[in-house]
Amino acid sequence: MYLKSLLWAASTTALMAGAASAETITIATVNNGDMIRIQKYTDKFTEATGHEVEWVTLEENVLRQRVTTDISTKGGQFDIMTIGMYETPIWGANGWLVPLDDLSAEYDVDDILPAMRGGLSHDGTLYAAPFYGESSMVMYRTDLMEKAGLEMPEAPTWQFIREAAAKMTDRENDINGICLRGKAGWGEGGAFITVTANSFGARWFDEDWKPQFDQPEWKEALTFFVDMMNESGPAGYATNGFNENLSLFQQGKCGMWIDATVAASFVTNPNDSTVADKVGFALAPNSEGVDKRANWLWAWALAIPAGTQKEDAAKQFIEWATSKDYIELVAENEGWANVPPGARQSLYDNPNYKDIPFAQMTLKSILAADPENCCVKPTPYTGIQFVAIPEFAGIATQVSQEFSAVYAGQQSVDEALAKAQAFTAEEMEAAGY
Amino acid sequence: MARTVTTPRKLINTAFAWAVGLLIFFPILWTILTSFKTEAQAIASPPIFLNFDWTLENYAVVQERSNYTRFLWNSIIIAGGSTLLGVIVAVPAAWAMAFVPSARTKDILLWMLSTKMLPAVGVLYPIYLLFIQLGLLDSRAGLVVVLMLINLPIIVWMLYTYFREIPGDILEAARMDGATLKEEILYILTPMAVPGIASTVLLNFILAWNEAFWTLNLTAVDAAPLTAFIASYSSPEGLFFAKLSAASTMAIAPILILGWFSQKQLVRGLTFGAVK
Amino acid sequence: MATQHSRSVARLMMAPAVVLLLGWMLVPLTMTLYFSFKKYLPLRGGDLGWVGFDNYVRFVTSSSFWPAVQATLVIVGGVLAITVVLGILLALLLDQPMWGQGVVRILVIAPFFVMPTVSALVWKNMFMDPVNGLFAHLWRFFGAEPISWLSEASMPSIVMIVSWQWLPFATLILLTAIQSLDSEQLEAAEMDGAPPLKRFFFIILPHLSRAITIVILIQTIFLLSIFAEIFVTTGGAFGTRTLTYLIYQRVLESQNVGLGSAGGVYAIILANIVAIFLMRIVGKNLDA
Repeated sequence: MYLKSLLWAASTTALMAGAASAETITIATVNNGDMIRIQKYTDKFTEATGHEVEWVTLEENVLRQRVTTDISTKGGQFDIMTIGMYETPIWGANGWLVPLDDLSAEYDVDDILPAMRGGLSHDGTLYAAPFYGESSMVMYRTDLMEKAGLEMPEAPTWQFIREAAAKMTDRENDINGICLRGKAGWGEGGAFITVTANSFGARWFDEDWKPQFDQPEWKEALTFFVDMMNESGPAGYATNGFNENLSLFQQGKCGMWIDATVAASFVTNPNDSTVADKVGFALAPNSEGVDKRANWLWAWALAIPAGTQKEDAAKQFIEWATSKDYIELVAENEGWANVPPGARQSLYDNPNYKDIPFAQMTLKSILAADPENCCVKPTPYTGIQFVAIPEFAGIATQVSQEFSAVYAGQQSVDEALAKAQAFTAEEMEAAGY
Repeated sequence: MARTVTTPRKLINTAFAWAVGLLIFFPILWTILTSFKTEAQAIASPPIFLNFDWTLENYAVVQERSNYTRFLWNSIIIAGGSTLLGVIVAVPAAWAMAFVPSARTKDILLWMLSTKMLPAVGVLYPIYLLFIQLGLLDSRAGLVVVLMLINLPIIVWMLYTYFREIPGDILEAARMDGATLKEEILYILTPMAVPGIASTVLLNFILAWNEAFWTLNLTAVDAAPLTAFIASYSSPEGLFFAKLSAASTMAIAPILILGWFSQKQLVRGLTFGAVK
Repeated sequence: MATQHSRSVARLMMAPAVVLLLGWMLVPLTMTLYFSFKKYLPLRGGDLGWVGFDNYVRFVTSSSFWPAVQATLVIVGGVLAITVVLGILLALLLDQPMWGQGVVRILVIAPFFVMPTVSALVWKNMFMDPVNGLFAHLWRFFGAEPISWLSEASMPSIVMIVSWQWLPFATLILLTAIQSLDSEQLEAAEMDGAPPLKRFFFIILPHLSRAITIVILIQTIFLLSIFAEIFVTTGGAFGTRTLTYLIYQRVLESQNVGLGSAGGVYAIILANIVAIFLMRIVGKNLDA
């Protein structure tokens, strides 16, 4: 009798839980290809769980401003936020995010690439699940490389890249040897020059949080970058970011492009790219003799703001969206080249994915990146192309604006570095370091 | 004021004015054209003007991706609501200023305008916190109120300048005949002020429609208007000119059409009392 | 003429608008003032206590402050100059007899209907892009090296985009004013053999002075808070960081609400200086 009533109680609670859980969750996300694609498949999630999903899709900068305002004021507008590796550890430390430490066994959290998991954790607790991840690598035109009489090694140096770029450049035919980001903004040109500097042995801060722009490594890296771009880069590269370079490369106007690994699926897509069948891949370069490559590490990840009423439904969604099954679902419908890359080891073990030309180089690039040890010299911070402290976004945007002014020929390398040093020191002091 | 000019002179005028008009209009025209191209054609070099394969693909993609009608509906309600509310508040104020002017009328008017100079970015946090307290986040009501407040000074000023043009003698005469204040407003003032109110409504509808800071930052799903719709198409990863053009065309088309049909009223409205 | 009674009725009628605007001014202003004396860092735990005038001192002593004030004034001044001058010319042109006047007028006012974000995106990507932009194609067509507008000529580019948006507004107000000009007076001047330039400077321009003042006043109010155009095009790089943009960077990019609020107070002060200055002129002109 006792047992029976207990069972009865249990089953009714289960039923009630089931009924109560038909919720509508609101997700803020970025307008990148993979994030747009998942919106088409949300119906499958609703079918399986009964939860409805509302998407708020915004451009990256607007998204950042929107979700940061909301979470820091506890506005509660979103049940899931799409955030990156920069925000996650900071917000996690503030207790703003729901820890993702009770994901189901089926989800197989250990399958997530260790670098990604590390970058999305604070104190060993995972706060955001990676939807897709990326590093950076060299994409180059095999035909132009051949014409230049060179062969791209798997792990090139900056010196080789510069030489190859000069040889591939053909101003008459509108071909630039190399296209790189110069656009101001910490996530655009700022990220690129930071990894470049890392691969010349530089770092943002020393162990005492002193800015390092007055050190020779930064000068060497920046001078090298500017000289190479002036020799072989496109006109007006000071305003080029990911998108601008992507369209240049797709139009066949770049010999090489060093940028996010996710770009590989765009440049090899014959629908958009005029050079789809002539693209090769290599690891991001290092300066000769420096034991760090210009690899960054980034993930767009899904996190749940603390305080949401719909935590369970949100967790269900995150488990679904970042699962192995979702990858299978996309592969079935759109082909393996279009699955969200860079998050799970199992994807790279999958024989179907091995045929994708850029798969292995993407994995190698991600594995080459270590957010705990960005630089040759020791640092007090985590993050590779960023420093995971709240002040960084503001500082780095301003610093990268100074660098972009160098790219545009408006000031010298020395002037920019001096300004960057002074400004960063001032900001760090004000922040109490 | 019919002026007679020679035909050649008129011809030259026409040609020149059309050239300038098309030049100014060209960016919009180009956006509309681009929205019918494929992404590859959109960045083709040299650029293609008309001889491309016209396609509706971009519109189909945009339509599939976002619920355009919801954004549109929100834009209409927010812009319309804030304008309506603004006019309701402003008409009595402007009437009082125009017909019962005091020494401080001008000061009050200019003070009202100066409230528009508060930089929105600087007060985002205070307003956001306030909206949380009042439960107004992502609500159309909240936005209607904010946009009304933003545009209220302009509305008051525009109406004030119209009302001032209405000769006070007529009102005086009406009052002599025993018309009450209500009748005065309803039967005399309103008919004379209708053109002015119409143009005020139009201008403010446009201003509210295009407001992109508060409408973006205070909404999420339920109240998001077309400015938020545009924010989901600007600079994504990948090629995007054609789709961006399609989205832009969809965002500006309603207001453009409205503006064109009502441009006569608008022209009348934009005098701000500049004409005596 | 106004009686005591009608005065109190008038006050009552003005009350809603005045009270609402007073609230809209005082509530944010008080909160901004409150935050500006605090160390308020949302990412570091929020309210970290009172700091007196620290934020004010830091905001002004920052190396970005004076360039930002300058950039603000350059943009406002540049756009005003362009829209007023071109607006007058355009208004004169549109006032001439021609075929299809209505259509031309529609073409000219169209930019006013375009959202600032959209127009910035269109100009940046489809016109000013140094490789794929139409200007680049045009420059190459004439054998010139394309200009990378937004880095090499950042300020003129932004002034151009904003001018494009506001030219219709200026044109329309000025056109209405010209149309109200007594044509007999002009014809008489023409009969007397006054050359066109003289007619313009001695009859038309004085007549337009009131309209020009209005254009300047209204546009200044909107131009001081220009944001989307810079956000989309240069992101504040290449010397285009205005005071509004600097505040945005402090509040949202650096997440320093206290510092940004102090900046907001400065922006209000600057706006009011400009406003008082303008209203002196306008006030005179409006009373006339």
